Amino acid sequence: MNLFWFSLRMLARDWRAGELRVLFVALLIAVASVSAVGFSVDRVDRALHRQANELLGADALVVADHPPAPDVVQRAHDAGLKSAETLSFASMALAGDKNQLAEVKAVSENYPLRGELRIAQQPFAPEQRAQTIPPPGTVWADARLLSQLALKVGDVITLGATQLRIAAVLTHEPDRGSDLFSIGPRLLMNLRDVPATQLIQTGSRIRYRLLVAGDAQQVQNFRAAVTPLGPGEKLEGVEDARPEVRAALERAKRFLGLAALVSVLLAAVACAMSARRFTARHLDNCAIMRCLGARQSTITRIYLYQMLALGLMASLAGCAAGYAAQGVLTGLLGQLMAVQLPPPSLMPVLTGVATGMLTLLGFVVPPVLALKGVPTLRVLRREIGLPARGVSAYLFGAALFILLLLWQAGEVKLGLYLVASTAATLALLATAAFALVRALTLMRGRVGVAWRFGLANIVRRASGSVAQIMAIGLGLTALLLLTLVRGDLLASWQGSLPQDAPNRFVINIQPDQLGALREFFTREKMPPPEVYPMVRGRLVAVNGTSISPANYADQAARMIEREFNLSWMAQLPGDNRISAGRWWSDSASGEHALSVEEGIAKTLGIALGDRLTYNLAGQEFTGVVTSLRKVEWDSFRVNFFVIAAPGTLEQYPASYITSFYLPDARQPLLSALVKSFPNLTIIDVAAIMTQVRGIIERVTLAVEYIFIFTLAAGVMVLYAAIQSTQHERLHDGAMLRTLGASRWQLLSGVAAEFVVLGFLSGLVAAFAASATGYVLAERLFHLPYHFNPWLWLMGPGLGAVGVGVAGLLGSVPVLRHPPLYTLREV
Amino acid sequence: MQVEGLTRQVTGPEGVLLILQDVSFSVMPGEACAIIGTSGSGKTTLLGLLAGLDVPSSGRVRLDGVDLFALNEDARAQLRGRMIGFVFQTFQLLPGLTALENVMLPLELAGRSREARDAARELLERVGLGARLRHTPVQLSGGEQQRVAIARAFATRPKLLLADEPTGNLDQVTGERIIDLLFELSRAQNSTLLLVTHDEQLAQRCNRRLKLDAGRLVDT
Repeated sequence: MNLFWFSLRMLARDWRAGELRVLFVALLIAVASVSAVGFSVDRVDRALHRQANELLGADALVVADHPPAPDVVQRAHDAGLKSAETLSFASMALAGDKNQLAEVKAVSENYPLRGELRIAQQPFAPEQRAQTIPPPGTVWADARLLSQLALKVGDVITLGATQLRIAAVLTHEPDRGSDLFSIGPRLLMNLRDVPATQLIQTGSRIRYRLLVAGDAQQVQNFRAAVTPLGPGEKLEGVEDARPEVRAALERAKRFLGLAALVSVLLAAVACAMSARRFTARHLDNCAIMRCLGARQSTITRIYLYQMLALGLMASLAGCAAGYAAQGVLTGLLGQLMAVQLPPPSLMPVLTGVATGMLTLLGFVVPPVLALKGVPTLRVLRREIGLPARGVSAYLFGAALFILLLLWQAGEVKLGLYLVASTAATLALLATAAFALVRALTLMRGRVGVAWRFGLANIVRRASGSVAQIMAIGLGLTALLLLTLVRGDLLASWQGSLPQDAPNRFVINIQPDQLGALREFFTREKMPPPEVYPMVRGRLVAVNGTSISPANYADQAARMIEREFNLSWMAQLPGDNRISAGRWWSDSASGEHALSVEEGIAKTLGIALGDRLTYNLAGQEFTGVVTSLRKVEWDSFRVNFFVIAAPGTLEQYPASYITSFYLPDARQPLLSALVKSFPNLTIIDVAAIMTQVRGIIERVTLAVEYIFIFTLAAGVMVLYAAIQSTQHERLHDGAMLRTLGASRWQLLSGVAAEFVVLGFLSGLVAAFAASATGYVLAERLFHLPYHFNPWLWLMGPGLGAVGVGVAGLLGSVPVLRHPPLYTLREV
Repeated sequence: MQVEGLTRQVTGPEGVLLILQDVSFSVMPGEACAIIGTSGSGKTTLLGLLAGLDVPSSGRVRLDGVDLFALNEDARAQLRGRMIGFVFQTFQLLPGLTALENVMLPLELAGRSREARDAARELLERVGLGARLRHTPVQLSGGEQQRVAIARAFATRPKLLLADEPTGNLDQVTGERIIDLLFELSRAQNSTLLLVTHDEQLAQRCNRRLKLDAGRLVDT
């Protein structure tokens, strides 16, 4: 016999008989939610990526210390990419008897490829989008440069051997360098004017950039075609964007990843519950087939083929449903999202099908395949069920599931957190469920007939009830996590960048100006800003060994080349956390202790206990690394890579840095500030903050959007859990009706069973959601955790009411149909 | 069929319980044999052992010269598929399948898919259900369900037909018709018929009666 075809025929028969629908729908919703999440994450991710690309002004760029090689330009052209060139250097800009070192950037047509340039007609006047680049013979200068040279729009500025007219004030350029504090005032000019300046000489320190943009595949092709690059050349993508934006994107991915993972988790639980039911409903069939001569291997193959066929169909249907669902929702949300979402890629289909099949293999196939072990004697004695299974059947599922989570998480840490919290939640749920079932045994004698029947049902199906409570609890945990905890986390995230977060940095404050600056702010009725000392220095030796950029790879080499800002302080800044070692105590001041930011320590290979020697204005200073810090760069507060203990750096020449919040209405204050303290450099980070806020807002929307699917998966778990005992309940109900139970008694019994199940699952879920929320906030998202008392009301309340109502609705057929019909039917 | 010293005991809360005790008998090909006894006398346990659905604590069953319990569970299943047909008190039809599909099933399991449809249709016509081929069990009356079960039992032309209280769930008139059908088909196929019943009248129609009392064979 061709077992495969036979299985398919059995599948068709089972399908007709309605035996497979619940499982199919569970799997379909699983894959639909996963693929809808996948499609959405894919699209949103790419939209976010594109937005982040604005910060590069391109999708990728080649940075070099020489003009881009013709073949690299040709490759960009061949790949179908748009391209633009820039070169930047520092040069003295002259106006009358004044001069100022300016950061000059010369750009070609098409610049920028992503994002936009914005200009204004005078400093701090309303800005507008620039349609072109500065025409030849003109430049755009930023407000700082104009103020320092006492120039206005229309004046002429001398740059090298040429004179250029200032045509506008530059207010925004998308790819403003990656280090806020090392940028001088900006002068933007046309690339065609560069030869006339005669500033490009052998030995000039010039950075050439070739910007490219196109679709993801074209960029990928270009990246592949130009690698390996020649000496002095470097390829940068969005990963190399500003640390603030990178941190925001990291969090964004985690939020989205988490939403996707929770739906995978829920889907698996729904499938496992459906599979339990399927197995229970097929015990008789298998016993009869065994009795009619089917071998164990025949049973195994019949069900394996069936499940694989079912899984494939459900997965494909789920992908289609997921695609349709995300299409509708993206249509709805398209207006809310400021950017056009790019079309989805095919990857989520593969992910969806793979997730569906893995879920099936891990959670449906093991219980279904256990059917082969059904004792044939069941045909004579119906009470004989499946022999108790060991843990091994679940181990396979658990192992597959961990792999699935790690794969979906795309990140080991997130995956492991999820695995650990799921395992902990399940263990907690199982313990609580066992205790509950035990406790109910004692309660039975003390309640009325309806409640006794309901409670007795829970106790009678002890192992089933435990599984039910675990599934309902897990479903509720996920729902609570996604509604309340998610809201809290997003609020915390938005709260991490409040509206009045500092949006201007002021550097180069001299020690003797501190008093006058404070007076200035008081006079202007602004809160006096907090100032931090800053000493500039170059790292020259590690553990007594001299270092030079040549010893280090690209990024590290650049870090060694430039000067660091070192500071000293007694208290650890609020948004910094010690990740290794210890922060100094008050008594320890005077020691040459250093605290280094974790990221830079990793890049430079610095470990705790290393001795770092800095050249500070010609003098050498050596300190020992006693701690590593994690810095929240997207907090936009003043932060330092290296902090020294108080009493170590005071003797070196220092300047001060501060940051403050400037409301839009107080713009004129900047001119007054520059006039009073001409040496100060004011850095405007409002534009970058707006960009980060934009990302946060969009991610919040995206998470809300993806949440709908996860919610559907959660509801499906509850449905499957309730459904898993549906037949037994219908049968029992019909029996009770036959014995004369009233409608009210019957409903009370069912209500008692489900309200108790729901209440206790909800209680456990509230605990699990609180604990998971805490771990997620503290460990994964690095956001402050706020205890939410609503969890403890919503969990048990939602559980009791929701599960109670669902259970009652599921029992309506008992009341509607004559008992005999129900008895025969089930 | 030769049965030698068949014993089945279980350990319960009150110690060891002997359900069957040293049961021995043999049945010749083509014979019709009734196993009678009161409820709890061990009839169903004996039937389960004779079909190889359960294993005894000791003793042997030889079927067509094959020692049933020298085979493993899978080999016994194959032997059942080849040689034994079943009729149960509770019919035991697969609820999702139509009457026709239920009868086809043993043939399909035995790898005889090609002939299954025609053979099943012919048998169902023979038991008077030619017009109900596409009905599922829930759409059939008890008597009709049992007729489907009989058609299924004879589909593989078994040498041995085991029936467990085949009329237990049926009224007297329907029950008699079912029994007629059972005898008629087993005669036509020259099958050995072994039926468990507590109905004396039904037992009278068999060539032999084996009476069980508290797990012992008291009368053959």
